[in-house]
Amino acid sequence: MTTTQHTISQTKRNFISQKVDNMPPSGIRRFFDLASSIKEVISLGIGEPDFVTPWHIREAATYSLQKGQTMYTSNSGLIELRQELARYLELHYGVSYDPECEILITVGTSEALDLIARAILNPGEEIIIPDPYYIAYPADIVLAGGVPVLIPTTKENNFSLRAVDIEPKINERTKAILIGYPANPTGAVISRNELNNIAHLAHKYNLLVISDEIYARLVYDGEHICFPSIFGMKEQSILIGGFSKSHAMTGWRIGYVAANQELIQPITKIHQYTMLCASTMAQMAAIEALKHGEDDVEKMVREYDRRRRIIVKRLNEIGLSCFEPKGAFYAFPSIKVTGMTSEKFAEKLLNEEKVAVIPGPAFGHSGEGFVRCCYATSLSNIEEALKRMGRFVSKYKKS
Amino acid sequence: MKQILEILEQNARTTAEQISTMVGLPISEVEKIIKQAEEDKTIVKYKTIIDWSKLGEEEVWALIEVRLTPQQNVGFDAIAEHICQFPQVYSAYLVSGTYDLAVLVKGKNMQEIASFVTQKLAPLEKVRSTVTHFLLKRYKENGEIFQLPEEYKRLPITP
Repeated sequence: MTTTQHTISQTKRNFISQKVDNMPPSGIRRFFDLASSIKEVISLGIGEPDFVTPWHIREAATYSLQKGQTMYTSNSGLIELRQELARYLELHYGVSYDPECEILITVGTSEALDLIARAILNPGEEIIIPDPYYIAYPADIVLAGGVPVLIPTTKENNFSLRAVDIEPKINERTKAILIGYPANPTGAVISRNELNNIAHLAHKYNLLVISDEIYARLVYDGEHICFPSIFGMKEQSILIGGFSKSHAMTGWRIGYVAANQELIQPITKIHQYTMLCASTMAQMAAIEALKHGEDDVEKMVREYDRRRRIIVKRLNEIGLSCFEPKGAFYAFPSIKVTGMTSEKFAEKLLNEEKVAVIPGPAFGHSGEGFVRCCYATSLSNIEEALKRMGRFVSKYKKS
Repeated sequence: MKQILEILEQNARTTAEQISTMVGLPISEVEKIIKQAEEDKTIVKYKTIIDWSKLGEEEVWALIEVRLTPQQNVGFDAIAEHICQFPQVYSAYLVSGTYDLAVLVKGKNMQEIASFVTQKLAPLEKVRSTVTHFLLKRYKENGEIFQLPEEYKRLPITP
């Protein structure tokens, strides 16, 4: 028997990657724990529809199971789904993608974002994103070895990204601009004019534009402009979309990426090694959503719009000044009148009035002084929450 | 107009102020439109959907298939209007198929409905036959589903 020599290390080894170790936990996490510990909270902190997926979509999925459609699909997704999607994108946004080779079905837009970041970034390359941002943007970029470059947006400019603020941040490491309008958390949209300016920058500096349009169908008082529909931009952009918000399908995890073949291929390469394909059942549901879901979408949008008008009016009435969000289902009022930080405001409001909102800084530094209020909840919940918030604000308002 | 009616159809207690904000019209305009709709009977009535079984109230419902003999000039209208006069009749519809009138009746117990059918409805001259189906359980009424399975709760905070 031989004896092996063991060297016993004095310090405990850290098994976690530095990149992950250095990543701060999501600012939402702490609030989730807090809100979960309090009973009967009215939550305006939820980022998903309060509607259940329309019945005919659920039924299509269960029927596919009954028929035994339980196998893998092609990496890109069912061709029928890609064809329906191509038709849908053409119809609603006037952009043409070839279903054979320019569309990839993903496990929600979250997977799409991660795939794109990994497919395009070399270590140290930069992606420009507006701040406040959707929480996954910087995280996905950092995990892919890139560097997120934040461009603050302000209430004065309706939280819309401006090309004039982007240009000074462009350097030889800049690879792409990532935009997400209508925006989570602000509900902001972006004008055609500003999109044209961004397209101009993309052209001038040879940058890719990644456009996350998950909230595209939830636009009020106006129409959504799909970035790739801007002249010359289809070749230089990647479109991300999904069914979660438009068709109330968050739990299905189903989304898509559309881009030129040269861009879709490398993205698909990662997808085939990681996800293989999106869930077959969810793909069947998505086909039904595209084929027969239009009435549902319109009905839900009308309902969100009514609630939006109520919440914005009430927020302004109680003294929390709120710009008019033209998309998504979030209002982003300023809480500066209370003199509190967003974090303190949200925590006190939760403890004293049992209303959950999300502090703006969870979505980036530019969110300080604001909170995100989601109005995808019943009108009676909105009215009650705002009554409580009104009481809270009058108590702490600095005159 | 349509938007306002849609909102009221969902919840008749929505205030004019709320509706005015929702549709972006002045309150006075909203009130005017509602008043107009009430006057021209576009809004027939405001009612409340109540699940009386929650109060332990006994209530028996029956759907009655009625076959009728049509009358010259008035068809089924005269006899249908006659049947509608009975307070026991909750709804009545002229339908296509193997019978003519579908009548929904409400009573305190089976006996009450049985008496109505045998003593009031069936003896009517133009009524050829009736088939009575007692309601065993109500699943959905006026677009509202009763006794939903336990509601799935969303997480309190999501990104």
